[in-house]
Amino acid sequence: MVAEKPSKKLFSVTLRVWRQPGPAAPGKFVEYPAANVNPDMSFLELLDVVNDGLTVKGEEPIAFAHDCREGICGTCSCTINGKPHGPGHGIATCQLYMRSFQDGDVIVVEPFRAKAFPIQRDLVTDRAAFDKIQQAGGFISVRTGAAPDANSIPVPKEDADLAMDAAACIGCGACVAACKNASAMLFVAAKVSHLGLMPQGQPERDRRVLAMVQTMDAAGFGNCTNQYECSAVCPKNITHDFIARLNRDYAKALFRTRFKPVSGAAAGGAG
Amino acid sequence: MNLLGSLFQSSIGKKLLMAFTGLVLFGFVTGHLIGNLQIFLPPEKINAYGHMLESLGAVLWLIRLFLFACLVIHLWLAIQLTLENRAARPVAYGVEHTNRATLASRLMARSGLVVLAFLLFHLAQFTVRIGHPEWSEHTYQLANGPAVRDVYNMVVHGFSSVSVSVFYIIAVGLLSYHLSHGVVSLLQSLGLKNERWTRGLEGFAVAYCWGYFLLNAAIPLAVLGGFVQLHS
Repeated sequence: MVAEKPSKKLFSVTLRVWRQPGPAAPGKFVEYPAANVNPDMSFLELLDVVNDGLTVKGEEPIAFAHDCREGICGTCSCTINGKPHGPGHGIATCQLYMRSFQDGDVIVVEPFRAKAFPIQRDLVTDRAAFDKIQQAGGFISVRTGAAPDANSIPVPKEDADLAMDAAACIGCGACVAACKNASAMLFVAAKVSHLGLMPQGQPERDRRVLAMVQTMDAAGFGNCTNQYECSAVCPKNITHDFIARLNRDYAKALFRTRFKPVSGAAAGGAG
Repeated sequence: MNLLGSLFQSSIGKKLLMAFTGLVLFGFVTGHLIGNLQIFLPPEKINAYGHMLESLGAVLWLIRLFLFACLVIHLWLAIQLTLENRAARPVAYGVEHTNRATLASRLMARSGLVVLAFLLFHLAQFTVRIGHPEWSEHTYQLANGPAVRDVYNMVVHGFSSVSVSVFYIIAVGLLSYHLSHGVVSLLQSLGLKNERWTRGLEGFAVAYCWGYFLLNAAIPLAVLGGFVQLHS
């Protein structure tokens, strides 16, 4: 006997979408009815269908950011009913399916809102501030060698697991979008911890945390008030414990860099 | 940037300072409550305690100065952080959604402001004794010592006013509410917390804050209820 397939009853929703023609232009919500919604469609596919309809009518389609559509690139970025990446836990917008909604729902779709993420158009924001933070210290400057060399530096399993949890950050910016203060602390904490937990990340550890935090502050993000809205919406379920670790790392780096002895070589080298 | 500059200007530096000054003030209000509870003992006890504190002289002023500095830093950074946080999201969401931020955490600035107003009133009433210069004159003869300031009667006089007592109870209620977020939050800011500790810490915070509120509120209630009366 074959299990009966669940019926795929098509339904209708109304999208209330933020439309903004350009970075400086004023924006407003516009409603778009969507009929014949298949519950197995992804949310982005629904936007595609709505956009097809708009194009046929000669209207400007809704601009939204998307790329891999499998939850690993961090490009998609809608705030759906006030929650970045919409209802659901540990998923990006592209992994949200219409079965999460019901017939007749009004779904409010907005861009991520933060001063540091200026809106380019409609739902598309410029998240280059994250790139700047990464460029300030989210790297290591040693040759890591070829694949077999990875085994030449032993890493305790616990550290590797923890570093991997932090490295799961896809840099989507949902943490900033969810934070009541538009703070980027969870993103920076993940990036700082990911490298700081690895032996290869030690030489630049102090410089990294200081530079990344300084760049974060300069980009106009807010401050953390320990409300943990960020980790509640993170598509990779990155824990705010990394923020505590970031705070600790920053404090240690602040004191260590100020009080460590200065090598004679720094003053001109052996002569 | 130098060390002090980094502490006062960077986002995490400010968090560290907020947490440290918050910890100091938390320690102060806890100690202050324990001292105050001596009102339930014979007048001798709290008057001797008050005399002991006043006789610290220069040390008392150093402690006061340190506490005042912590308060000013805590307040100054709170204003700065609040303004920065508002500026970080110039356009609000059409749909405001909260996942798990507690109400206490979202009302920190407002609960803090009421506590500040109360603190100024409290200092004016009991430390500077504005409006009641006669409280400075009243003395109490310690059993084996000098005549000292009569703290016991001053407290009973102070809380005999219903409006003063109500304001006091509201203010310590809001202070408890402020601390219910603050005591756990400060450990996160100092980097001394992880998920394994969270449940226990949050339980401690709830128990502490209820205890803090009820014990504080007991003092004016006992005066109004006639359980603590003027000694002769």
